[in-house]
Amino acid sequence: MSTSLETAAPDAVAQGLRRVAIDPVSRVEGHGKVTLLLDANHRVQQVRLHIVEFRGFEQFIQGRPYWEVPVMVQRLCGICPVSHHLAASKAFDRVVGALPVTPTADKIRRLMHYGQVMQSHALHFFYLAAPDLLFGFDSEVNRRNIVGVAQAHPDIARKGVLLRKFGQELIRATAGKRVHGSGSVPGGVNKHVSPQDRALLQRDVAQMIAWAQEAVLIAKQLHAQNPALYDSFGSFRSNLLSLVRMDGALDLYDGVLRARDTAGAILFDGASDQDYLGLIEEEVKPWTYMKFPFLKSLGPELGWYRVGPLARLQNCDFIPSPLAERERLDFIAWGRGEPIQATLAYHWARMVEMLHCVEVIQGLLDDPDILGGELIASGPRQRGGVGVIEAPRGTLFHHYEVGDDDLVTMCNLIVATTHNNQAMNEAVRSVAREYLDGRELTEGLLNHIEVAIRAYDPCLSCATHALGRMPLEVTLLGFDGALIDRVLKSHSGEFRHDLGTVPSVSV
Amino acid sequence: MSPTPRKLKVATVSLAGCFGCHMSFLDIDERLFDLIEHIEFDRSPLTDIKQVGACDIGLIEGGLCNAENVQVLREFRAHCKTLVAVGACAITGGLPAQRNHLDLGQLLTEVYRSRPGLSAGGAIPNDPELPLLLNKVHPIREVVHVDYSLPGCPPSADAFWHFLSDLMAGRTPHLGHGLIHYD
Repeated sequence: MSTSLETAAPDAVAQGLRRVAIDPVSRVEGHGKVTLLLDANHRVQQVRLHIVEFRGFEQFIQGRPYWEVPVMVQRLCGICPVSHHLAASKAFDRVVGALPVTPTADKIRRLMHYGQVMQSHALHFFYLAAPDLLFGFDSEVNRRNIVGVAQAHPDIARKGVLLRKFGQELIRATAGKRVHGSGSVPGGVNKHVSPQDRALLQRDVAQMIAWAQEAVLIAKQLHAQNPALYDSFGSFRSNLLSLVRMDGALDLYDGVLRARDTAGAILFDGASDQDYLGLIEEEVKPWTYMKFPFLKSLGPELGWYRVGPLARLQNCDFIPSPLAERERLDFIAWGRGEPIQATLAYHWARMVEMLHCVEVIQGLLDDPDILGGELIASGPRQRGGVGVIEAPRGTLFHHYEVGDDDLVTMCNLIVATTHNNQAMNEAVRSVAREYLDGRELTEGLLNHIEVAIRAYDPCLSCATHALGRMPLEVTLLGFDGALIDRVLKSHSGEFRHDLGTVPSVSV
Repeated sequence: MSPTPRKLKVATVSLAGCFGCHMSFLDIDERLFDLIEHIEFDRSPLTDIKQVGACDIGLIEGGLCNAENVQVLREFRAHCKTLVAVGACAITGGLPAQRNHLDLGQLLTEVYRSRPGLSAGGAIPNDPELPLLLNKVHPIREVVHVDYSLPGCPPSADAFWHFLSDLMAGRTPHLGHGLIHYD
């Protein structure tokens, strides 16, 4: 596993290097930038994807009453709020002793979750990634967006918008609100699906299946039209991690942890999510806010892995829905007996998953349990728990401990995008080596780097746990020049802040 | 929607937010195709334009948590005729402002040194490429003049739609019953 290009050699630095930044990385969720260091001959010496955002959720959730947390943590991310909503709920199911939750709660949560994965995948493919895939990686910059797609391919854009709408409506019907709802609670859910909402969703679901099949076809055709590009672009060997159902089926809501090595052989299987700390460790690097998880058994050099659609489709034994299973077999066949390691294969895998989601949704909508039945379960109280779910972007861990006073005493999160941190860095280095090395950089060439990042559909808001270095002094001035805030750092790393008087602002 | 003589230029950005407001904006669903007949996107997470240009409307999601947020906000204010604070975080600091009662130095140490599952010897990231943090999360009106605020966490798609329709038609935006909520 090459981690060359992570840090430029000291002798190269001594000769002086030119810095090129892609800032901000666009058409992704959250804040990231890429920096390249180049020598006088345009040879790439260093490439880094920096996550530049900090919000500190893990810390301020501590001290909050546990029942607030499933609603609070949605504010980690507006694209996949349901993942956090449900992962937290699953952790607190353990705290309230709801093992298991009622069939009604399980099915309504699944409906919410599969609706969310569906909308997130549609958003990514049609709104964010499509311009690169349909127009080319170095197409005209002002065209590379959803508006360009709508103008050039109105039919594709319209179906993409309506696929996402259907997923968002499912979330509204189950969580009460499209973004940041409150349907799931520790121990279950707080409402049934209304017959009216069910009828609306049932009316459109067959159409959604047809469109999801078309989306798989688009992704498949992209590969078929340009196999050399799609097989080699940002391709590297990695381990894989995901949840699978007890019988090895793909399951996005619940299951056991399974990991495979770079050759596709199973590293571990059937591992309980409660034991994640025994399996995964996180490393910190000085140049990014995002941590670098790795499998403890293999160590930091060899133990990093990929999560998300590419991992899930190759990690499971089968997809438990007929149309998507047929597509999975096609996808696996593309690898000709080898694990598929190509970064752009994420898009194809993502669309197969979207099709699976609609199939699952169709089945759940016909289930009478979503209209009635017990909503909440409870049992012996526990001190804490881990909740794990397959978020759109990969495996999401929420781990909490709760005191006798109901306040959270510990919160640890490993979000999907964090698992892919090393992989995304490998991808941009691979692309830099192949496309940028020794060439005059153009906007189109730099976009190749972003294409590699976008394939992972990173959610960079989610992925921020940590803090960067404070300068000797930072000041925040009001628009009238008045000092609002000033932070000072001593040489020993001690912080103190001098608060100026906040000016009264009349807006 | 009444026709406009030229397309209005709209820039959007997420500062210390979660993208939920951008998602809710996209929840106008197929009305997006009507909207793009009347507006043109400048810098936005949805486009690859990295620098904000001269715009009619700037939509700001998120509060201020680092120096880069402040810089980007000032660029938006300088380039946008009408600046809109969108959602709870831009208007009040929102949920991320819950860190405001915590000491930053302690926060650093806690998150980086004492979380379960961390490799030994991890130091706090200290690279100059990382933007400098403010010790509190601030609402954007503390730094620039804000023309309108669109409340909600996030504001609903209908609120976005009505608000932008009013602006495009040259009316003073007015959110009717049911469109103003704070959750």
